[in-house]
Amino acid sequence: MLNITINGRPAEAQPGETILEALNRASVKVPTLCHVEGLAPTGACRLCMVELEANHQLVPACSYPVAEGMAVGTRTPDVLEARRTILELLLSNHPDDCLYCLRNGNCDLQRLAKEHGIDQRLYRGKQTKIPLDMSGPALVRDPEKCILCGRCVRVCEEIQTVSAIDFVGRGCNAYIGTAFGRGLNVSSCIHCGQCVRVCPTGALVERNQVREVLRALADPNLFCVVQHAPAVSVTLAEEFGIQPGSDIDGRMVAALRSVGFKRVFDTSFTADLTIMEEGSELVHRVKTGGVLPMMTSCSPGWIKFVEQFYPEMIPNLSTCKSPQQMMGALIKSFVAEREGVEPRRIFSVSIMPCTAKKFEAGRAEMRQDHVPDVDIVLTTRELGALLRLCGVDLNAFEPEETDTPFGERSTAGKLFGATGGVMEAAIRSAHFLLTGRNLADLKIEPLRGLDGCKELTANIDGLEVKAAVVSGLGNARKLLDEVRAGTKQLHFIEVMTCPGGCINGGGQPLSTTTDAVKARMKRLYEIDGEETLRLSHENPWVTRLYAEFLGEPLGHKSHELLHTHYHQRDVVL
Amino acid sequence: MSNAVETVLARHPGAKRDKLIPILQEVQTAEGYLSEASIVRIGKHLNLPASKIYGVATFYNQFRFQPKGRFHIMICRGTACHVKGSARVLDTLTRMLKVAPGQTTREGLFSLEVVACMGACALSPALAINDEFFPKVSPTKIAKLLDKCRQQDAESAAVAVANA
Ligand code: SF4
Ligand code: SF4
Ligand code: SF4
Ligand code: FES
Repeated sequence: MLNITINGRPAEAQPGETILEALNRASVKVPTLCHVEGLAPTGACRLCMVELEANHQLVPACSYPVAEGMAVGTRTPDVLEARRTILELLLSNHPDDCLYCLRNGNCDLQRLAKEHGIDQRLYRGKQTKIPLDMSGPALVRDPEKCILCGRCVRVCEEIQTVSAIDFVGRGCNAYIGTAFGRGLNVSSCIHCGQCVRVCPTGALVERNQVREVLRALADPNLFCVVQHAPAVSVTLAEEFGIQPGSDIDGRMVAALRSVGFKRVFDTSFTADLTIMEEGSELVHRVKTGGVLPMMTSCSPGWIKFVEQFYPEMIPNLSTCKSPQQMMGALIKSFVAEREGVEPRRIFSVSIMPCTAKKFEAGRAEMRQDHVPDVDIVLTTRELGALLRLCGVDLNAFEPEETDTPFGERSTAGKLFGATGGVMEAAIRSAHFLLTGRNLADLKIEPLRGLDGCKELTANIDGLEVKAAVVSGLGNARKLLDEVRAGTKQLHFIEVMTCPGGCINGGGQPLSTTTDAVKARMKRLYEIDGEETLRLSHENPWVTRLYAEFLGEPLGHKSHELLHTHYHQRDVVL
Repeated sequence: MSNAVETVLARHPGAKRDKLIPILQEVQTAEGYLSEASIVRIGKHLNLPASKIYGVATFYNQFRFQPKGRFHIMICRGTACHVKGSARVLDTLTRMLKVAPGQTTREGLFSLEVVACMGACALSPALAINDEFFPKVSPTKIAKLLDKCRQQDAESAAVAVANA
């Protein structure tokens, strides 16, 4: 333990930690722009400058190590002056577009300018002129609003090991771009949106489709339906300032009906269905000597990752569509039939914690007779925006149930929202499929928690099932390399593109912190602990759907509607 | 993939990322520029993403991403030339050719490159076209130089047709 002083007050610090870590522990805030929690500091923005009292030197708190007896000042006149100048210089190359910016009111740069009382333009520099990149299905990049903090580049490279974007050029001509300045649509970007989540400005935003949905809702010829993913109900509250970890499922359903959706479905239902199909597929592969390990297919960023970086492992991917696409396909077939509405007249929206889902919904495989299974995907953030725009007060609603014919979900399906959830649900049901009995204890502790890599060997009546769960594609890459090298023998792998799974998805609120993600996860586990329907195969509505419409898992109808295929992608790697 | 790139890579078996710059230089020497295909191929060899290589290569002025034109114009922007008005010369060139430094005109006739100092300070502002050197250039002189190049190109094209 080291003794230091912060602004004249004694504080404690650990040897080897940075000044910033010590400041955080002491709840003393300094602004940061380039720092990303969990990654090595780069010291690029210099906004975190603090003053060392010993020699009046300004040093970056994010990368400067503490030392015994160190005295730091975080608000000395020199510090405040330096910060202000840095901000003024950043603003000198900024388009001042706040009123026309998706980040208006929710922008780190704007907030810092306000906090530092910047009220006039002192520097007029040459402005970066680089066109918008609107080519991508999920994200829009505006390099003119970029302050070159490098957070997106590092998340893309270090967390996701995709490296779709990097610094291009030098000095005042530098900008963030793809290889050869091409559009994101032909780059290796997997549309995960993790870069959007760390971007401090409006330089990276989701493709906002709120207006398209509003237009559809107002169109009397369309029958608008909506589905919502398992991780949304435990997150949306934060968009309205309610504390992280609050589940507002029923009120959200009511709110969605109030803005005009005719039917509201829970994607957790098709998560249960995924378990039936994927579980059967796994058992089939194991029994018939099929390709193993089987890898989950519910995370579309991960699918694209395999298609472009590991095409030889495409046969390992489960052929199951993701829960979103299963629901989409059922809505435009089964529901269309029941409601007597032509599939073309159904406008199917899905609310997802994910930007890559926008890409997935647009895939050519995800349509029947040229009608897309899902018309528009909105992120949790966009739903927040839509409800605010419609003047919806969530507190004014009594909780409501989702609609039949998908009336109920199991908590196993709900667990899909967190890393390990698919595996936990799958093992619960696989145990039943193989033995005819349910597990004595349904809670599978080794699969829980935010760890990026988890493993489990389940012994199901003498049959050993080796499972691995990873989240964040850097972790997936490491595991795939081991599988490919033959150093790891596995049967089943669950991969979530985003670290921690959907609760930390690229479409989740920008205010997301690690604590918020933990709270969302805890809430999902609580739901699983509180409710009684905890097994996908016991969901009575799933049984009914098979009896009335689908036939059996992996049957003809399932293959037509619920399964798909993938293909190698020609992108710039 | 072109043999030239394979030849370069064969000289660097098992190379790591620290060999990136020498490999880029050798490929540019062999091919005149860095094509997208070459960059992707180099990336495979070094296990580096194309975006990273493109980022590194665009950091340096020495790399170009389009093939050189039949007339490669190098304009000096060193101190002496700057004092003698090379900025105006460059401005004239970019306006007349409608390309920025590092680029090549669409028909492949001219390419433009900015160099730091050609060591001809006494003759500034200076430029070179292919290997020929032109001292004390001015915006008016440039129009004439470009016309001469165009004429020369038309003549050699006519000769080529006659020979065919
Ligand atoms: S990025 Fe932030 S500061 Fe820039 S225009 Fe948008 S809201 Fe304003
Ligand atoms: S969306 Fe994901 S893959 Fe694409 S640039 Fe951002 S971090 Fe990289
Ligand atoms: S796009 Fe955003 S995250 Fe990336 S460097 Fe620019 S400001 Fe930073
Ligand atoms: S946060 Fe420390 S230098 Fe950017």
